[in-house]
Amino acid sequence: MTAKISITVSVNGENHAAEVEPRLLLADFLRENLDLTGTHVGCEHGICGACTVLMNGDSVRSCLTFAVQADGAKIETVESLGDIDALGPLQEAFREKHALQCGFCTPGMLMTATDMLRKYKLETDDDIRDGLSGNICRCTGYQNIVAAVRSAVDKRDAK
Amino acid sequence: MKPAPFEYIRASTIDEAVAALAASDGEAKVLAGGQSLVPMLNFRVVDAPIFVDINGIQGLDRIEETTDGGLRIGALTRHFALETSELVKDRFPVLHEAMKHVAHLAIRNRGTIGGSLSHADPAAELPTMAVLLNAKIITAGAAGGREIAAADFFIAPLTTALEPDEIVVAVELPGLPPGTGWGFEEFAQRRGDFAVAGVAALVTMNGQSVKDARIALMGLHDTPVRAHAAEAALMKGAEAALLDDGIDAAAAAARQDAEPMNDLHGSADYRRHLAEVLTRRALTAAMERAGA
Repeated sequence: MTAKISITVSVNGENHAAEVEPRLLLADFLRENLDLTGTHVGCEHGICGACTVLMNGDSVRSCLTFAVQADGAKIETVESLGDIDALGPLQEAFREKHALQCGFCTPGMLMTATDMLRKYKLETDDDIRDGLSGNICRCTGYQNIVAAVRSAVDKRDAK
Repeated sequence: MKPAPFEYIRASTIDEAVAALAASDGEAKVLAGGQSLVPMLNFRVVDAPIFVDINGIQGLDRIEETTDGGLRIGALTRHFALETSELVKDRFPVLHEAMKHVAHLAIRNRGTIGGSLSHADPAAELPTMAVLLNAKIITAGAAGGREIAAADFFIAPLTTALEPDEIVVAVELPGLPPGTGWGFEEFAQRRGDFAVAGVAALVTMNGQSVKDARIALMGLHDTPVRAHAAEAALMKGAEAALLDDGIDAAAAAARQDAEPMNDLHGSADYRRHLAEVLTRRALTAAMERAGA
């Protein structure tokens, strides 16, 4: 048993102090310690993208980041985008374009797309497909996800 | 799966990191971006009692110009920073192009150049770029610092010349001669996946003949390698001012010399085919850009 380490992490604007084992993954910290189960754990080796969250504004795989490494960091999860009564614009685009079926990949898709929308022009649908290629969906065939992100890009650029 | 328990040491200087590695008697490992290491920890194919996290070391993520027209890139430089660096785009457009093929945004936000080189995957872009660009890999260790040529750094898949108490501090890329043309060709199942195979080339022209050429192959040998036979074949054809013949001979030589593996993503035979096709494309693009 290794010594636990004290961390303080801002998650969705709220500070959380905890004592964690070094091996605790950020994904498990969010889900088990903070009950933020919107972040989904799929493959646990960085392939599926379901656990993607933002750390200090950048998308990261929370299954490839230790909770101790988030000490002092600002984490944003899918819960920060909106809620069932007030969907955020990207969530609204996913709803409108029917960009989810089972919903397992959706939190990762949303957090990845949030970062893509901030960092890339996404002029073509191929750019969107390339950007989403690290997030696996086994239901939709991706078409509607691309359409939803396209709709969000268009809204972004109309501003 | 979850990683086995380990002790976590957060280093705030290079000296602290090296001291922690040295004190562990070869047991400790470095944790940088973690994008290759943590999957292996989660699957427990790698296990160490101590991890030294170097993410908090200040100043290790700089991209600086060197006087010979090259760049010195700090080991903690994230892939996204390389991808979007104007200095990289200006001085090493081939590296700028290669970065577009490196993994996915969330991986590029965390992954580091020092980590990618230390991990030494033979199908990864950055080790291939280090070999192509004659990189010097600057290390720190208990016995002092070293400068290791990329050609001597990669020993086998996932195996480098680093000692257990050494870490990569920076990567120096010597400047390229003016008028150097480049080509980068990679085949992967999806954008961001590991390359099934890839070829990168640099060509300098002297009028209508080739003055100098470098070709590096990824995913075609145990390590990223220079394709010396292909380079010689190109130069030989070029001496005769038969550039197309030179390209054909180089592509055939790259295929002949390739020692690829069979795996789920492609047979060895298919990879040999890619070696030829991608070498031809990379050289054609490089020569065009060099003004041939």
